[in-house]
Amino acid sequence: MPRKMLRTRWTALLVGSALALPALAGPETFDFKDPKNGNKIEFKLDAPAEKIAGAANDISGTVTFDPQNPGATRGKIAVATASLTVPNALQTTTMRGSQWLDAAQYPQITFQATDLKNVKTNGDKTTADVVGTFTLHGVSKQVTIPVEMKYLKDKLGERLGGNQKGDILVITSTNFSIHRADFKIMPGQNLDKVADTISLTLGVAGASPK
Amino acid sequence: MKKALRILAVIILLAAVVFWAAKGGHRGWTVNNIALETPDPVTGLSGVTWERVFIPGCDFLAAAALVAGVMAAASFLFRSKKAQN
Repeated sequence: MPRKMLRTRWTALLVGSALALPALAGPETFDFKDPKNGNKIEFKLDAPAEKIAGAANDISGTVTFDPQNPGATRGKIAVATASLTVPNALQTTTMRGSQWLDAAQYPQITFQATDLKNVKTNGDKTTADVVGTFTLHGVSKQVTIPVEMKYLKDKLGERLGGNQKGDILVITSTNFSIHRADFKIMPGQNLDKVADTISLTLGVAGASPK
Repeated sequence: MKKALRILAVIILLAAVVFWAAKGGHRGWTVNNIALETPDPVTGLSGVTWERVFIPGCDFLAAAALVAGVMAAASFLFRSKKAQN
């Protein structure tokens, strides 16, 4: 075989492999510290005498997501306790204070995903029940959170408005609940004003620059 | 002094009610933070930032009523001027 033809074949093989690489791309790591401050976790408490609703927006963490195998998703999302805010300033201070969440001693609320169940993928969307360890107020409990993950390929530049290339992973949850008594937050106290059940909703986006 | 304290108590109470009503007559707790939602067309999420505001609520009215009540009660510590012949 002539040398020139051999070289052409090698070049074609290399180009073909390079083109096929994205399709075979393995797991990507997404950083959830959003420079656009677009991430939030909302919480609601519905006690007989009072309703409390607020949100937290200082979110960080990393998630490893494989578009070819969403069921293998793992990672950790952290929320700064001091970013939990409600409309009333006094309530916000009390909530973050030593009697309740104790933000000084427990500066982060975290969720570490360890397993995914009931994984269903349709196009760029995956729904799953994420099993993991939820740590709040220094107490860790295993919880299951139903989530939807949306893989937005090559959308990072569009979002950040620059030449940055990369992908986005959007994770949203439907309502899930925890009980403050399980996390030793004033168990059994002030139940008329501060409900034991805390409903949480998650809406976060992580970036995987290339 | 007695009369002055009572007038001041009424003024404080009225001013608080007028201010509360002018700010929307909010019946819940005083609002100091308002969540501003910023939709993101790419992700479909809405981020939240907090804007500092002051919308007085029922606790503001209660505090004003307490101050007015203390002033009105204090007015009883002063003797009334007796009419002199």
